[in-house]
Amino acid sequence: MALSRDQMAIRIARELQDGYYVNLGIGIPTLVANHVPEGIEVMLQSENGLLGMGPYPTEDEVDADLINAGKQTVTTAKGASIFSSAESFAMIRGGHVDLTVLGAFEVDAQGSIASWMIPGKLIKGMGGAMDLVAGADNIIVTMTHADKYGNSKLLPECTLPLTGADCIKQVLTDLAYLEIYDGKFHLVERAPGVSVEEIIEKTAGELVVPDHVPEMEF
Amino acid sequence: MAGFDKVVNTYEEAMAGLEDGMTVISGGFGICGIPENLIKEIKKMGTKELTIVSNNCGCDGLGLGILLDDRQIKKMVSSYVGENKLFEEQLLSGVLEVELTPQGTLAEKMRAGGAGIPAFYTATGYGTDIAKGKDVREFNGRKYILEESVVGDFAIVKAWKADRYGNAIYRHTAQNFNPMAATAGKITVMEVEEIVEPGELDPAQIHTPGIYVDRLIQGTFEKRIEIRTVREG
Repeated sequence: MALSRDQMAIRIARELQDGYYVNLGIGIPTLVANHVPEGIEVMLQSENGLLGMGPYPTEDEVDADLINAGKQTVTTAKGASIFSSAESFAMIRGGHVDLTVLGAFEVDAQGSIASWMIPGKLIKGMGGAMDLVAGADNIIVTMTHADKYGNSKLLPECTLPLTGADCIKQVLTDLAYLEIYDGKFHLVERAPGVSVEEIIEKTAGELVVPDHVPEMEF
Repeated sequence: MAGFDKVVNTYEEAMAGLEDGMTVISGGFGICGIPENLIKEIKKMGTKELTIVSNNCGCDGLGLGILLDDRQIKKMVSSYVGENKLFEEQLLSGVLEVELTPQGTLAEKMRAGGAGIPAFYTATGYGTDIAKGKDVREFNGRKYILEESVVGDFAIVKAWKADRYGNAIYRHTAQNFNPMAATAGKITVMEVEEIVEPGELDPAQIHTPGIYVDRLIQGTFEKRIEIRTVREG
């Protein structure tokens, strides 16, 4: 079975380390905040200007003036700070954030990412993604392995306008966890019940498959 | 107005002097911390051919989105416009011009504009379409592109509290782009939830010093929520 959005968030949360400052993008990345493992302290950075993002508010706590980068209502965690967007991007562009998680339309075997524009079609904008991929060393991209027509999103070369070139080293899809180096995708883990064959079939870029590909456990 | 007192009493006064073809920088992220009444006044004025510099363009029928109804906006400089169908329609049909700009670059364009810095180098966007035609320079083995700063004929911002001199404090993440926008207007208009007397706010807690603020008005705010997410209490 392909991973659910929550399972994807849970898997990414396992990459968190104690003391990490982490930026979570819009969509599935935002869900990671709900799955920080026990015994680990992280500060979640939200690029609109919040370091130390807490869980969603209760009905009583909802505050229109307190949102995350996904424009969802949130709370502050203990030890949080709030600042301007310029300060926020100074942290990001200055390389102060330890881990960045963001979505994408395509990733290629060189580690380039396209996440912001489909020419002539969907106009969304890059938001903070270009800043994040330019500023962060440690980035995990999360997306479905293939589009709704079954076309692979893991390509030899991105076809859409880039968000950043040669900057992505890790990808979590609904089918697999992969690393990118030496111009190739490397299969590290697979979703429970998903066959290696299915992953090979849905990966258009060059894929290196080790003899044993462990299943993720949930 | 007398001395440092920036208070105006009507929204007509607040936006007086805005003309067709001007550039307006707006604070706000999504519909959080937006100068909603100043935007409504621009709609009422019917000013056309505006260039708006703002991270987003509101939603359909909300925030800056209401300026799309009567095609008052010629050009948007924004980082993310995903929540606005009318925006997308006008863009795809060529009615509206857009300069999509990375969020951090946009914040820095405003900050630099307000600080008298005409341009700056950043790694953001190098190797992508937005780098086309921009000067590239290498520092310490890494490539950077030259981005020009921005100054508005007007800047419109929303703060929580200000004293009559325009010393202002923002509330939570409604701060977002407002402090930079406030610095980058030839005329900066600020609306707030509460105006207090000078001396009532702690000087060390001021986010935007009054020197940046030309006109100040107290309003009431709808503060709609774009995406209401809650957990069980």
